[in-house]
Amino acid sequence: MSQLSMTINGQQVQVTEGMTILEASREAGIYIPTLCHNENLESYGSCRICVVEIGEGERKKIVASCLYNVSEGLVVETETEKINNYRRIILNLLMHRWDKIPVELLERYGAKRDDRFVDNMTYCILCGLCVRFCREIKGANVLGFIGRGTIRQVVIFPNQAAKYCANSCPHEMECLDYCPTGVISSSYYGSRPADGQPLPHAHPICINEDINILEILERVGNV
Amino acid sequence: MMARLTSVSALEVLIKDILSRRDPQKTKVSVCSGTGCRAYDSEKVIDSLKAQLLHDGLNEKVEVVTTGCHGFCELGPVMVIYPDHTSYFKIKTEDVGDIISETLAQGKLVDRLLYVDQEGNVQAKEDDIPFYKYQNRVVFGNNQLIDPENIEDYLALDGYQALATCLGSLSPEEVLEIVKKANLRGRGGGGFPAGQKWEATRNAPGDVKYVIVNADEGDPGAYMDRSILEGNPHSVLEGMLIGAYAIGAHKGFIYIRQEYPLAVEHLNRAIEQMLELGLLGENILGTGFNFEISVHRGAGAFVSGESSALMSSIEGKVGEPRPKYIRTSISGVHGCPSDLNNVETWANVPVIINKGVDWFTSIGTEGSKGTKIFSLVGKVNNTGLVEVPMGMSLQDIIFKIGGGIPNGKKFKAVQTGGPSGGVIPEEMLDLPVDFDALDKVGSMMGSGGMIVMDEDTCMVDVAKYFLEFLADESCGKCVPCREGITQMLHILKMVCAGEGQPGDLELLEEVAAMTKDCSLCALGQSAPNPVLSSLRYFHAEYEAHVNEKCCPAHVCKDLITYHIDPAKCKGCGKCLRNCPVNAISGEKKEPHDIDLEKCTKCDTCFLVCPPKFRAVTKLSGNETLPVSDV
Repeated sequence: MSQLSMTINGQQVQVTEGMTILEASREAGIYIPTLCHNENLESYGSCRICVVEIGEGERKKIVASCLYNVSEGLVVETETEKINNYRRIILNLLMHRWDKIPVELLERYGAKRDDRFVDNMTYCILCGLCVRFCREIKGANVLGFIGRGTIRQVVIFPNQAAKYCANSCPHEMECLDYCPTGVISSSYYGSRPADGQPLPHAHPICINEDINILEILERVGNV
Repeated sequence: MMARLTSVSALEVLIKDILSRRDPQKTKVSVCSGTGCRAYDSEKVIDSLKAQLLHDGLNEKVEVVTTGCHGFCELGPVMVIYPDHTSYFKIKTEDVGDIISETLAQGKLVDRLLYVDQEGNVQAKEDDIPFYKYQNRVVFGNNQLIDPENIEDYLALDGYQALATCLGSLSPEEVLEIVKKANLRGRGGGGFPAGQKWEATRNAPGDVKYVIVNADEGDPGAYMDRSILEGNPHSVLEGMLIGAYAIGAHKGFIYIRQEYPLAVEHLNRAIEQMLELGLLGENILGTGFNFEISVHRGAGAFVSGESSALMSSIEGKVGEPRPKYIRTSISGVHGCPSDLNNVETWANVPVIINKGVDWFTSIGTEGSKGTKIFSLVGKVNNTGLVEVPMGMSLQDIIFKIGGGIPNGKKFKAVQTGGPSGGVIPEEMLDLPVDFDALDKVGSMMGSGGMIVMDEDTCMVDVAKYFLEFLADESCGKCVPCREGITQMLHILKMVCAGEGQPGDLELLEEVAAMTKDCSLCALGQSAPNPVLSSLRYFHAEYEAHVNEKCCPAHVCKDLITYHIDPAKCKGCGKCLRNCPVNAISGEKKEPHDIDLEKCTKCDTCFLVCPPKFRAVTKLSGNETLPVSDV
């Protein structure tokens, strides 16, 4: 892999070919927020909060830094007014699914609840980290998505769980560590979120309302 | 069973043989049996026609051809009688007797089946009918001459000549050069030059390459790709083979919607016939070129029309767009270079080869060459599929070909490009329709949907409709598209319900801008277009909803009330009898009254009130009943 030279926020940096803008920036100590990224997993590009501006003048465009590969002479801006504004809007939108987004992140971009938006407080931001961890690291496919568009949700497939959970994660459900909002752990333990918020009607970790992950795990002897 | 063709000259011999068996002066009756006309029972008309011809002993003299869509769906079932080009419309089985005894036996016209325009002028010949006269049906014109299940009909019209030319006497590079020079741009949405895509796929590293037909047409109201596949499947298949030859691909996929059963049937039949004739498989026409096709049926997800999502679906995965910044021409199906073009694009290829680059580029505008098929639907007199040269004005398409707006209503806007497109107002009717002009005004060509709207259409309601569609059809993967559409739709619903607040329109614009710039795929990036374009051209209508709680078009139920104008009501009692909730009261011959508490705004009274009275009025916002002159 050869070395390339590029510019991030006006700063010349040497990076390795094949890196993403996100990797290059982090290596250079430049902050880019992410919500669906994990360095152990393949980039997924769903939260879009890592968007940056590339190019100059008329040819500027916005790309997801977790997916866009570096190239010689690439010019990147990570915190332009436009980008920061978009991040604010993305956070505003996500606050209506998950009202415990880390305060530092909200403050950095000036995000706040917008009363004109409708709440869908599932505590699941559909980042897919649990699903991808289960698939990519464990090769188990116990978790997956169902539904598309605005009714997409994460579900556990009971047959797959019965088949794989005990062997793939013998000690504890490791997917829990990947969930940024804690919604999986709360459903795993069958408890409510720490602040006493009721769980949403559509339990994100249940294939249907009658089957709880706890019951499945009891059935497979994993608890 | 036809014999396998083992050389280019064998194809020529076969075509000569087919032509020698055909008499161009023979009476031929072409009856549309596309999906639209079938809904009007055209199959029964055809059966009855065939049976009576047999009964009358005319079956040898008159040939009946069951064809795909002719385009003039408004007046189906449609029939054209050759060689005179006599056109009959709205044919019922009862008309068959007269058609035979008058026209086919004596050459006389059946007047009641002829086309009559809005001014009352009668036209007997297809070419004189305005709907057809102003079209240039380069791709679509053969539909009415071909029985889609009979490959001989296609061969008789220069079918597979272009393929023979390419395989027999042109190198793949030469074919590529022709398509590049023709500047054939993708008819499916983006308008990306097909030649460039072919070249990128050809030059991409890898031995295995694929060509794909995108027949996942999903825009509401759009059905041109469906009608090409139903009516002339070989034109698409021939184009695909030529593309494969130029690119160096030996396998192709056709990704077609499960909801298009007739198209699937005709496509499969066409593929069987090609295999029989040796136009598919190993060593096609003895030239050493091998090609196979598999038909992949889509399960009805709109997003699967997006190129990378379509390819995921072909691989058996969920049809979700791939997030990577890498073109499918480099890494597509199974990671192999894959060229994807839509149905209409492929169908243009044989025409370009046969008629030449100069001919093709003489049609259209500077940046958009050739023709484009539009599905002209909505509030327009002549609903149907129209193929026009690029650059024709919206005015000409809607008023000259489309015959204007029904019921004397006023034109308000036209929506092009489906859910990803935008609305275009009256002031821009002289806009020449091509890829770049539509882009510039905030809409897009898309696959060619053209929905005409009249003065009774609420633009906020239209934006809401398209977002509802997109809320269902977004794959839901990325935040800007999923959450952006959710909240934009929520705000629009509130605005339509009279719960709009100051700042709502600015908020809509803000979310729309983010969704446009940050979404993962083209569906999300274009999803805000219906909102942005209607905000741009119909801002006052949005403001009326928010500030005055008024829907000027009287569409948004929450913002309107129904009243009976006492000056106009003659007390005929029609509304009273038809009101399903008994909200109307009044004595006979006395003005009636609507109890607004009981009224469910079902619109029945408005519809049943006799036109000579027009006493039922919808009011919105601060509107009041007109002061009586009496």
